[in-house]
Amino acid sequence: MGIKQWIDGWPVYRQLTGPDPLGRGTAAMSRRTEGLTARTEQADAVVRSVCPYCAVGCGQRVYVKDGAVTQIEGDPDSPISRGRLCPKGSASKQLVTNPDRLTRVRYRRPYGTEWEDLPLERAMEMIADRVLETRRATWEDSYEGRPVRRTMGIAGLGGATLDNEENYLMKKLYSAMGAVQIENQARI
Amino acid sequence: MAEAHPVGFQWVMEAKLRGATVVHVDPRYTRTSAQADLHVPIRTGTDIAFLGGLVNYVLTHQKDFREYVVAYTNAPMILREDFRDTDELDGLFSGFDPEGRAYSTETWAYATEGGGSGGEEGGRPGHRGHEQETARPEQHGMGGASTADRPLTDPTLRHPRCVYQVLKRHFARYTPELVAEVCGVPEELFERVAEAVTANSGRERTTAFCYAVGWTQHTVGVQYIRTAAILQSLLGNIGRPGGGIMALRGHASIQGSTDIPTLYNLLPGYLPMPDAHDHPDLAAYVEPDSQKAGWWGNMRAYTVSLLKAWWGEAATEDNDFCFDHLPKTTGDHGTYRTVLDQIAGKVKGYFVVGENPAVGSANGKLQRLGLANLDWLVVRDLVEIETASFWKDGPEIETGELRPEEIGTEVFLLPAASHTEKDGSFTNTQRLLQWRHKAVEPAGDARSELWFYYHLGRLLRERLAGSTDPRDRPLLDLTWDYPVSGERAEPDAAAVLREINGVGPDGALSTYAELRDDGSTACGCWIYCGVYAGERNRAAARTPRSEQDEVALDWGWAWPANRRILYNRASADPQGRPWSERKRYLWWDEERGRWTGRDVPDISVDKHPDYRPSEDARAQEALGGDAPFIMQNDGRAWLFAPEGTLDGPLPTHYEPTESPCGNALYGQRANPVLQTYRHPENPLNPADGAPGADRFPYVFTTYRLTEHHTAGGMSRTLPYLNELQPEFFCEVSPELAEERGLRHLEWATIVTARTAIEARVLVTRRMRPLKVRGRTLHQVGLPYHWGHGGLSPGDPANDLLAVVLDPNVHIQEAKAASCDIRPGRRPRGPALLDFVAEYRSGGEGGARPADRVHEGQSARGAEPPGPHEDGAPDGHRGNGHRPPAPSRPDRRGRKRDR
Ligand code: SF4
Repeated sequence: MGIKQWIDGWPVYRQLTGPDPLGRGTAAMSRRTEGLTARTEQADAVVRSVCPYCAVGCGQRVYVKDGAVTQIEGDPDSPISRGRLCPKGSASKQLVTNPDRLTRVRYRRPYGTEWEDLPLERAMEMIADRVLETRRATWEDSYEGRPVRRTMGIAGLGGATLDNEENYLMKKLYSAMGAVQIENQARI
Repeated sequence: MAEAHPVGFQWVMEAKLRGATVVHVDPRYTRTSAQADLHVPIRTGTDIAFLGGLVNYVLTHQKDFREYVVAYTNAPMILREDFRDTDELDGLFSGFDPEGRAYSTETWAYATEGGGSGGEEGGRPGHRGHEQETARPEQHGMGGASTADRPLTDPTLRHPRCVYQVLKRHFARYTPELVAEVCGVPEELFERVAEAVTANSGRERTTAFCYAVGWTQHTVGVQYIRTAAILQSLLGNIGRPGGGIMALRGHASIQGSTDIPTLYNLLPGYLPMPDAHDHPDLAAYVEPDSQKAGWWGNMRAYTVSLLKAWWGEAATEDNDFCFDHLPKTTGDHGTYRTVLDQIAGKVKGYFVVGENPAVGSANGKLQRLGLANLDWLVVRDLVEIETASFWKDGPEIETGELRPEEIGTEVFLLPAASHTEKDGSFTNTQRLLQWRHKAVEPAGDARSELWFYYHLGRLLRERLAGSTDPRDRPLLDLTWDYPVSGERAEPDAAAVLREINGVGPDGALSTYAELRDDGSTACGCWIYCGVYAGERNRAAARTPRSEQDEVALDWGWAWPANRRILYNRASADPQGRPWSERKRYLWWDEERGRWTGRDVPDISVDKHPDYRPSEDARAQEALGGDAPFIMQNDGRAWLFAPEGTLDGPLPTHYEPTESPCGNALYGQRANPVLQTYRHPENPLNPADGAPGADRFPYVFTTYRLTEHHTAGGMSRTLPYLNELQPEFFCEVSPELAEERGLRHLEWATIVTARTAIEARVLVTRRMRPLKVRGRTLHQVGLPYHWGHGGLSPGDPANDLLAVVLDPNVHIQEAKAASCDIRPGRRPRGPALLDFVAEYRSGGEGGARPADRVHEGQSARGAEPPGPHEDGAPDGHRGNGHRPPAPSRPDRRGRKRDR
């Protein structure tokens, strides 16, 4: 290491002589920091998205590397949010990469005291069976003498972060099943 | 707004920098108050009195925007002679039926040229005897009665029965003194607000109101919004830039969940769910609207197009386009009614999708007792939420009311995909659809709801294939052929959006004006028609803000027709000229013969301001070129609502159900038609004057924190957010802390007749005691995000609430209820039930139980406080259903014997 290099490596010297008199940027940078690059620069792809929390609808840019989300930032192009995110929006990377997230179906049998494993395909088959069975058992052709063609045995409650397309398929399928007690956070 | 819609609040700050006055009306001092020019602490539950005071101020000081009011509101309409206002009937409007606790609305109609009753024949009854219905302010009734007779009007606004004069008399009692007495807002502070609002409204200036569920979660929630609408219409602040009443909706797509509703009373686009009594066939369903002027006049085209989208080829003219495939409603099937029906054993299966009612709904115990009495429950979420785990560690397991070995509910907990793991659109609070692109695949079994419902539908249809049972036709005839891709066979969300948009013979439709009632068009949600115009997904439009003006028409897509300000025809005068250069937004260009400006015109683009409809014109053609409110039958903003609400044509102040105060205005204390359900686990705290009211002398209100999200499913599991807000707390003033011996950072127990919960104490000047009707009133603030799961377990604030609802829309009164607060932690296990029972019954001598944590045994199973003066309408009485067997005392007894 030459003497110049040694002196240049001294932050106070850089602060006094360089373009960073407050010592908050390049002057204070360590060698380790110099070698780092932002996750946003290493990303394979940047995908445009929207914050899933509140109804402001801030724009997000989702940075992806090797098939995983590595960072989520505010989208400066958005006329709504101008690149900003609040604490929730800023934490949304943790929402999607959280190790506590469920990745397997959990099943609790009647009167059971523990969760059990259940393959997804099997769960879907069982749920379809339950729907048809309950529908059969609780079907009403009429109510007070008027045709209603429905089941009052099946109800649904949806959250307010469902996509429009999802709500649409839900309402369409529930209605075709004859279920009317279909509700959403929107009333709550 | 700074707390719950933080990034939206940057625009308030932007306005402030340009000279706007910011007023914050809230029981608490928050981050919003810190930035406001004026903070107005108010008693929760009294905003109608406050806003009514502003209406009165405008009318007494003649501050209304008179030309706007005469031309664009129903101020000149003359009412029937037999209409009676609340002043005459001590808090009731004419038409009240004390037996059924409901109004019949015929006296609320306009007087008409034909004389006699006017309006729809006999008016639409508010109560039909069989069961209370949901009001239709946001449905097809919103347009107003179809009337062949023209209403009588007085454009001079002097006729004693014209709406303007009725309004003036109605609000005359809402003086600054009354506001001070009812709301606890000093007269001087109120007058500063009134001056600020009126000085900033009129031809040259506009004022905006922003609200959230602090205005809606009341037994008079709809009427809160009505009061704001009256005020803003009088001031000419609707349809103009910088004006409006902005509903700050809570969650990413709560607006979308209303537009494409998973709500029992609606079909997509605010079409009503058909009712078994009123709608035996398609003709009866569309008839009331087909007669109307305005866009609801095309009801048949919207409905037939929806039926074609759902049942495709099977839907033909001959079979009423499969109208009979739709199940029919018979009264209230709202979420709280459904929960009581779960407890009663009528509802067997329940899908809970991205929602956590065990924490997020009023009276959590009812919710959990309902869950415990199902045959099967499907929960889909990102994490194991309390609604999925109620059977092993819920509060009723702790008290011994429920035991896992005795709960027969089969639970399927399915992992959901996150917002980065699927394509799809959210509709934000500005009615703006924004598309999200998928970034990564979901892990393991996690799937989108689109995947789940598509494949569930596929399985159901496979199982029923070949069935000849007519009840299976709706499933078998369903159009369900969405393209799928990838290993997981994920349905194509854009294809679903295209179906929502609608298609005709030439592909994707561009506007709802293209919808036909002959079956030649199919459209899943008429108000979203145009989002896929030109076969392009316009929700995905992302022209950077730097490359367009601030209206930003090419960022996302707003319903209807990409209009950003609704009713923007009102930004110009009746002749089509901007009211002022400063507030120029949309105007008539005589040379080009069209409306022009910065937004998509909210009127047919070539309709001349002088256009007057002929006698036989229908739908939108029946409105003149000077009628901005194009969804209304008369094209006008309604200061007085001749129909559409169940609890009155004008807003009037009623106390919250559990208010510790009487009503300063009338003998009628609370909303006479409020809705509640009688159930042993849904007792009401005795209110003002009733024996035992002094056991619950304080008022509490619930709210959200910046760092958490609704019932916590998306925030209580995140380390970052839990570091920022690590624990459930209650906010109390130093004065209340002193009165009740509460110490900062120590514990407090908050009690209602439903239950008792504990929270850390935050003693803060942000809460302020108010002078109300000559006494000091203390309010307690409770964030409602917590439950027994997640990284920061805490008691759910919503467990304190009773299920008491607004009669129009069945929303719960979550923002104002009474309670007691005392130092220390709550009793644990079965002792909690005894503690609450003692509060219900009044303990020894009917007084508030002693200030020690009670281990006691007496007063178990005491009856809840006697029938409430504002009790349930008949349809909801006598719900004597018990919690799941075996009954609680037995089980508790067993536990104790051990
Ligand atoms: S970042 Fe914050 S303000 Fe923006 S949408 Fe998300 S939760 Fe709302």
